[in-house]
Amino acid sequence: MSESTHATELTRRRMLQGAAVALTAAAGTAVLGLTGPANGPASAAGLGASDEFDEAYRGRRIQGRPAHGAGGEHHHGGGYTVLIDGEPLHMMRNADGTWISVVNHYQTFSTPRALARAAVNELQGAALVPIA
Amino acid sequence: MAVRKNQATLTAKEKRDFVNAVLELKRTGRYDAFVSTHNSFIVGDTDNGERTGHRSPSFLPWHRKFLLQFEQALQSIDPNVTLPYWDWTADRTPASSLWGADFLGGNGRSSDGQVTTGAFAFSGGKWTLGVRPDSRSYLRRALGSAVASLPTRAEAESVLAISTYDAAPWNSSSEGFRNNLEGWRGVNLHNRVHVWVGGHMMTGMSPNDPVFWLHHCFIDKLWAEWQRRHPGQGYLPTGGTANVVDLNDTMKPWNDTTPADMLDHTRLYTYDTGF
Repeated sequence: MSESTHATELTRRRMLQGAAVALTAAAGTAVLGLTGPANGPASAAGLGASDEFDEAYRGRRIQGRPAHGAGGEHHHGGGYTVLIDGEPLHMMRNADGTWISVVNHYQTFSTPRALARAAVNELQGAALVPIA
Repeated sequence: MAVRKNQATLTAKEKRDFVNAVLELKRTGRYDAFVSTHNSFIVGDTDNGERTGHRSPSFLPWHRKFLLQFEQALQSIDPNVTLPYWDWTADRTPASSLWGADFLGGNGRSSDGQVTTGAFAFSGGKWTLGVRPDSRSYLRRALGSAVASLPTRAEAESVLAISTYDAAPWNSSSEGFRNNLEGWRGVNLHNRVHVWVGGHMMTGMSPNDPVFWLHHCFIDKLWAEWQRRHPGQGYLPTGGTANVVDLNDTMKPWNDTTPADMLDHTRLYTYDTGF
């Protein structure tokens, strides 16, 4: 990666972070006010086909979709699956609706797509390995 | 009684002894077991399900016990070694002696994030990552790239001033000292430091970077400082809370240690100074 690409990428990431923080603040208020995060899983409820994505990003194929089938509600991904070149990215939904993944576990993202792109940035071409 | 010291004050010999003990735990495979344990909790702890190591009140006593166990493992190699702490409100730049080649090694290089200096550089042959999220087996860092600044002393003070330990719903959306210290809300202390270091410190396998222990030792010290400032406050919740470790519940994976057992660190170790 060239330095200029790197710098652009960092700027973009900071912008994403800023957006995530703003959304978190807004969403957090709504979640706390209306439903209370302890009362039910912040699951795929409200996520529909429009939240699916399938794109090439920096040479990798990233895909996201609501998890289907029995057990989806219990999956730690919060009812959502992200794949990078076909390998599942371990992910989780926070009570405020934001997302984290195993490669960005201390930083929240407002959408699964932003999470997937951040993971591609972190991986720098490396392949995910399955998490036991 | 073990005294945990500010990393910036360690002598050359203390740094060397610490690094050598860590390398010996790595060589024998005991180190990677700590990485595995941490990751299994971080991927298993969820806001609406069982949560023990993170995003829950037991974040602090769980890590206190986890660090104690690691420190005891170090002391089985060298009884003089104790965990140092990294006060990131003071030592805030990649130029800090923490990142010297004689201690933890420096930043990752720009091409691939690989740490190339110090005892934990892949090229030294003593620090190959076995428990890892992806195919790369070298330690990575990107100091200050994903977030520009470490928390300030004023930000730490603002969190120490929060008088309630934790609050329902006892997760990443809670008010209270614990969650503001952990960083899921508010000025963000603990989480932000993981992100500032970057590389493996951002992942669920963050103990792959030895700075994990120095970061968490300072978090532990901030908990001790909070206790000193709020003597009338205690660990919450105290009983009957689903999916959450109450004051007298045992914590996994040990099953013989409760948060109540972990409240008084002074019978286990002391710190060189207050905050």
